Amino acid sequence: MAKDILRKPGGFMDTFVYKPGQDKGNTHYCPGCGHGILHKLIAEALVDLGVVDRTIMVSPVGCSVFVYYYFATGNIQVAHGRAPAVATGLKRSNPDSIVISYQGDGDLAAIGGNNILHAANRGENITVFFVNNAIYGMTGGQMAPTTLLGQKTMTSPYGRKIENEGYPMKVVELLSTLSAPAYLERTSLDDSKNIAKTRKAVRKAIQCQIDGKGFSLVEVLSMCPSQWKTTPVESKKWIKERMIPYYPLGVKKDVIEERAGYFPPKIDIDDESIKEMLGLKKEKLFRDRAMSDVPEKYRNPQIKIAGFGGQGVLLLGQTLAEAGMRHGWNVSWIPSYGPEMRGGTANCQVNISEGPIGSPVVDFPTILVALNKPSLDKFEETVQPGGVVFYNTSMIDRKPKRNDIEAIGLPFSDIADELGSLKFANMVVVGAVLEKTKLIDMDIVKDALKEVIHNKKFVETNIVAIDRGAKAV
Amino acid sequence: MPKIVVQIDHCKGCGLCIDACPQQCIEEDSEVLNKLGYHPAKYKGQGCTGCGFCFYTCPEPDAIIVYKKDEEAK
Repeated sequence: MAKDILRKPGGFMDTFVYKPGQDKGNTHYCPGCGHGILHKLIAEALVDLGVVDRTIMVSPVGCSVFVYYYFATGNIQVAHGRAPAVATGLKRSNPDSIVISYQGDGDLAAIGGNNILHAANRGENITVFFVNNAIYGMTGGQMAPTTLLGQKTMTSPYGRKIENEGYPMKVVELLSTLSAPAYLERTSLDDSKNIAKTRKAVRKAIQCQIDGKGFSLVEVLSMCPSQWKTTPVESKKWIKERMIPYYPLGVKKDVIEERAGYFPPKIDIDDESIKEMLGLKKEKLFRDRAMSDVPEKYRNPQIKIAGFGGQGVLLLGQTLAEAGMRHGWNVSWIPSYGPEMRGGTANCQVNISEGPIGSPVVDFPTILVALNKPSLDKFEETVQPGGVVFYNTSMIDRKPKRNDIEAIGLPFSDIADELGSLKFANMVVVGAVLEKTKLIDMDIVKDALKEVIHNKKFVETNIVAIDRGAKAV
Repeated sequence: MPKIVVQIDHCKGCGLCIDACPQQCIEEDSEVLNKLGYHPAKYKGQGCTGCGFCFYTCPEPDAIIVYKKDEEAK
């Protein structure tokens, strides 16, 4: 595109307001740094392609950590080497956005090696600009995976040797062995001709994403005059004479033309579709209920249910949570396992609340169900004053010690045994808890059983167990 | 005539534009010390063809502006 005037492209912010200090007009980069050149090419491309307003730049760790100072786009700065993973999430959750991961060689090729490999292998529709200057710049000039043989750095003071550090890593060649990537090219910033090629590659890589063609990456050989201890002009020569012979320029993979663009289907999320996803369809029994109908001390309960693995502890919690949801309340359920293999406790934690639930974790329950003795021993002290403890007298030969809590001991296992299997103990508990607390209507919890019990032939027997538990209180 | 303008307080004096200019019409201004503490680049005042090489090799967003309106630029 012919322009009459070449000046700071609109992809940059007018003033770098996020940059600390007084100088809001210049970059933080050293004189002659290649990052600034590539920034300019990207900022120009974003404007010319008309995507500034829907672009998200992912800043790495390294000298370019402050990419977010400069671009008039959405910005996020991420953990070292994790830019492709974050970019994946951004792109998948915002398919209309243009997500650009900007990374250096320490970030991408060393600590982030596996991230870039798998993002490329998944064929994520993101664009990666990979600045290769053969050194760790920001941290003080240590050896990078891309440091050349013989190159002296702080951590290879005698020059990189094959015997010690292996060969410099050729990232685009490595990625080009994968089937998924659409476009991989290596360019350089060493002279005007190569800068023009880089400009073209930057545009092509972004266009590749716009067209839904999949993963694109441009490796840009760039200068670091400060850490190479050269002048900027000498550093251009160093790229040409030292880097390019080992890192040949050119397109390493380009299947853009062969591919049809893929645009993931849009998903509209509304209340109804959430209910659909959660399996809360209309034919199920629902009845909105005000928490004020529940006796005051049992309202908005934080419940911990603990016992041996195999006692149905987790299912018990799921049943209460599912049923609570049917009353129109917020619920949460999380399982928790101790490290003990035998004699320990498995537990689950359930919140049922009319208001929002801040955390699913229940450290201090208002209702504790203890199905075995270790559970009572471990959690009795954590029950909130005024709370209630249901404990299994079939397996616990003591009463709770505290006198500021309500204690209800019932032979849950013995009752279940009478019904034909110890496995029904959890539903006996459900019946007893709900009869005592009036938290959830019995018809609702019985309907909820159809959802949580996968083997439908056991639903009827479990309903019998609930009724027996209710009677036993 | 095409020309360039160096915004002197944006220039870090790296010299990449001087090296890149095919017409050799940019030089270091040893008379001036800018706010950043560098001798900035300076257009010699003639010879510019508006090729834009200096603009694209300059790492600073706002240091060089190239005006290439003139027909002679092509």
